Amino acid sequence: MSGYRIEGSTGLWEIVVGLEVHAQVISQAKLFSGASASYGGEPNTHVSLIDAGFPGMLPVLNAECVAQAVRTGLGLNAEINLFSRFDRKNYFYADLPTGYQISQFAHPIIGTGTVEIELADGTVRHIGVTRLHLEQDAGKSMHDQDPTRSFIDLNRAGVALMEIVSEPDIRSPEEAGAYLRKLRQILRYLGTCDGNMEEGSMRADVNVSVRKPGEEFRTRCEIKNVNSIRFVMQAIEVEAARQIEVWESGGTVDQETRLFDSARGETRSLRSKEDAHDYRYFPDPDLLPLVIEQPWIDALKAALPELPEAKRARLEAEYGITRYESGVLTVEQAVADFYETVARDADARLATNWILGDFFAALNRTGRSIENSPVSAQALRELLGLISDQTINGKIAKDVLEIMVETGEAPLQIVDREGLRQVTDTGAIDAAIADILAANADKVAEYRSGKDKLFGFFVGQTMKAMKGKANPAMVNDALKKQLAE
Amino acid sequence: MRGFTIATALEALDKREITASWLFDTCANAITTHDGTLNSFITPTLEQGRAHAKAADDARAQGKTGPLLGIPLGIKDLFCTTGVRTTAASRILGDFVPPYESTVTQNLLDAGAVFAGKTNLDEFAMGSGNLTSAFGPVQNPWKRTGSEAALVPGGSSGGSAAAVAGGLVLGATGTDTGGSIRQPASFCGIVGMKPTYGRCSRFGTIAFASSLDQAGPMTRDVTDSAIMLGAMAGFDPRDSTSVDRAVPDYRAALERGVRGMRVGIPKEYHAPGMSPEIEALWTQGIDWLRAEGAEIVDVSLPHTKYGLPTYYIVALAEASSNLARYDGVRFGKRVPAETLDALYEATRAAGFGAEVRRRVLLGTYVLSAGYYDAYYLRAQKVRTLIQRDFLSAFENVDVLLTPTAPSAAFATNEVPDDPVQMYLNDIFTVPASMAGVPAISVPAGLDGQGLPLGLQLIGKFFDEETLYAAARVLERSAGFTHVPALWAGAAA
Repeated sequence: MSGYRIEGSTGLWEIVVGLEVHAQVISQAKLFSGASASYGGEPNTHVSLIDAGFPGMLPVLNAECVAQAVRTGLGLNAEINLFSRFDRKNYFYADLPTGYQISQFAHPIIGTGTVEIELADGTVRHIGVTRLHLEQDAGKSMHDQDPTRSFIDLNRAGVALMEIVSEPDIRSPEEAGAYLRKLRQILRYLGTCDGNMEEGSMRADVNVSVRKPGEEFRTRCEIKNVNSIRFVMQAIEVEAARQIEVWESGGTVDQETRLFDSARGETRSLRSKEDAHDYRYFPDPDLLPLVIEQPWIDALKAALPELPEAKRARLEAEYGITRYESGVLTVEQAVADFYETVARDADARLATNWILGDFFAALNRTGRSIENSPVSAQALRELLGLISDQTINGKIAKDVLEIMVETGEAPLQIVDREGLRQVTDTGAIDAAIADILAANADKVAEYRSGKDKLFGFFVGQTMKAMKGKANPAMVNDALKKQLAE
Repeated sequence: MRGFTIATALEALDKREITASWLFDTCANAITTHDGTLNSFITPTLEQGRAHAKAADDARAQGKTGPLLGIPLGIKDLFCTTGVRTTAASRILGDFVPPYESTVTQNLLDAGAVFAGKTNLDEFAMGSGNLTSAFGPVQNPWKRTGSEAALVPGGSSGGSAAAVAGGLVLGATGTDTGGSIRQPASFCGIVGMKPTYGRCSRFGTIAFASSLDQAGPMTRDVTDSAIMLGAMAGFDPRDSTSVDRAVPDYRAALERGVRGMRVGIPKEYHAPGMSPEIEALWTQGIDWLRAEGAEIVDVSLPHTKYGLPTYYIVALAEASSNLARYDGVRFGKRVPAETLDALYEATRAAGFGAEVRRRVLLGTYVLSAGYYDAYYLRAQKVRTLIQRDFLSAFENVDVLLTPTAPSAAFATNEVPDDPVQMYLNDIFTVPASMAGVPAISVPAGLDGQGLPLGLQLIGKFFDEETLYAAARVLERSAGFTHVPALWAGAAA
């Protein structure tokens, strides 16, 4: 159990959080129509007559969206329900064309599963997933386009969403953040949702309550539509503080829906339980129950990509990297792929250090992501190869990487043009050392009289004289030899 | 036009005795002459129809054929038709012109049919007398002997029934949710077929109750019904409830006869207070089938009495949700207002008639929190029991024979004030709708006042062929050659 507690005037409080995540399914077409499900586009350009709720139009289920939900269920180690059903959730709103949202209320396609999270201190917790169901997104109302009218954009109307509901197992803002990051990571690995919260393709409704440790659950409030992980964590914090304040001042928390105002750092009441809609759920008579078969699920399972936890374990075993390193390298699938391209059949330790160090630094500096990295995995692999086969030394390699980032040239091309090959000619190294020792006779004398630290000075001078290209080990050997004479 | 059925017109067209243009003009003239009185069309499409008839003649001249090539039909104004106003007989759709064609009407167009226009109906198909149309009531072409009183054609497909009975078109499409094809067919002395749920696509047909709505043909005789259903039916991937099953040659089944066929007579259909004339006609129907070699079997459908109440729960629940899209936001009528909620209220108050409002309210109520289990869920369970009744009956018999409606057509001023009394019109038709099985109404005789009465045959799932075979025997035995008042003394 997490030890996160909030100190109130009456003692310590524990927070209880459950998350409902709406994740937009990656698919060509919408859940029940052939219209494009892609983000953006001029308003009302990705809309079929079905999405717009025209008379006589009927929904036809998109099989790919079902497959995506099943893949996600498999990724969450969840029960896959062979029988599920679509219900209508009835309410009136201008951006809900049919007057009902098609959702899965009574019989979701995915049942209970779990998400394993890891906290900063290394604690591992399992957060239960209650269910995952498929449903349609609504359109978008725009109230700021005209002084007297509202405009409606139906591009999003009918796009498939997965609503992933967690158990109230989360006990701190940190855990909520870790759960969302992990869920997003799994969805991205599976290719079932891009997890892009800025574009709204992942949003969370946050259920928060507080209690004294050991108590039963108290009344919860639902904070709707929070659109970043940071805001989810902030919203939990301020809402918990508000509820503690209410309880401690002798009041009671009312079950209600609230909004998080990130600018003011507070939650505000949206509607109370009494004003809650009566959605009049009933099975959608336009759609047959959804019945899927085990062999189909098995085929989807066989084709699933390697998931984060499995990948971590394998990278640790195959490349001898630490738990911390495997965590960083598997945050995104593309990073792990990049890493493996560089490290496979190479010096894995060298590859790990370079990717986590200089390469990530270069990405940060240039503001690029792994997908549009200025240096390809192949090029980085070549660069590290040049170190391993002693064509260049490590220090020169850093300079070469800088040039690669800037120009995109191949490492060997840079090395040759700039004449950066490592000098392994003992004659040249000896000559350079002889010159330096001759020019610094006083320091040679000091060294020989016991001032060992001066060895570094001679190395530095030699490397400088050789423009950094000398093989460091050979310089060391030659220096020792000449100084001993 | 009374002279031609679809079958005989097709023959005459094939033999070049008539042209599609002549046929269409004859229909157009009948519409012009009589529809001021009947009001069976909301939107006649005579100009477009003439062009299509001409195109049909050209196609025939080039040797092309089609199962309905050149046949003038009426289309219930619940089917969306590209470029032609589609109203559902409601003000709320305003002058809505769909940019798409329903699958059923597209199938008919592909078969070569020529549309004379969109026929009147009860608003959103909600009614049994065609009295709830925003475009005024339809008059039945039939009148009581010696009376000039206008009678209702039944509903909801009242315009289609009146137009076919009146000879304004050779056939018409209807939709049947709880009897909306069969009851008006019975009232107007024509044949009305509600096929198995899933047989005809619902795509592009304005929904009343999705789990019950089914399109079907309304025709002068059984042969025409078989021809027309063959053209309307078929799997449609755009309707998830449509069934992927080959459409048989219904016409080929017509003359199979009933020898050895087991005909069930459900005892629960002897409704208390049913007119002796209808009881007598039913007995007559039994005798006809027996005389042709059918074996008559008494059967029980024990949950029949729950059919009507559960139908009105399921159908109205679905309707309350299906009609939510008529909100004044994207198409149809809009009454502007200050707020969104006010816009909804003003638009829907002005756009929906009283019966539609009543049904939307009832449907909303039965789905509401706290009532769902008691009404909707229970009704669905009873629906399963009703379905089971039919399935077990059909283990013993091939078809069921019942009356179609508890009365003949009535006058507008005889309409009961109590809507529940009006709902009783569907008492014999609703159970087959709830079960999803096919049923056909065949004109079988006249009552004492000279009004047509129909008998209903109910069949097994997707066994429309057996229904047609039995219906054809009833038709031949009944020898129903009576003509409506509209035609009395007039040359056809």
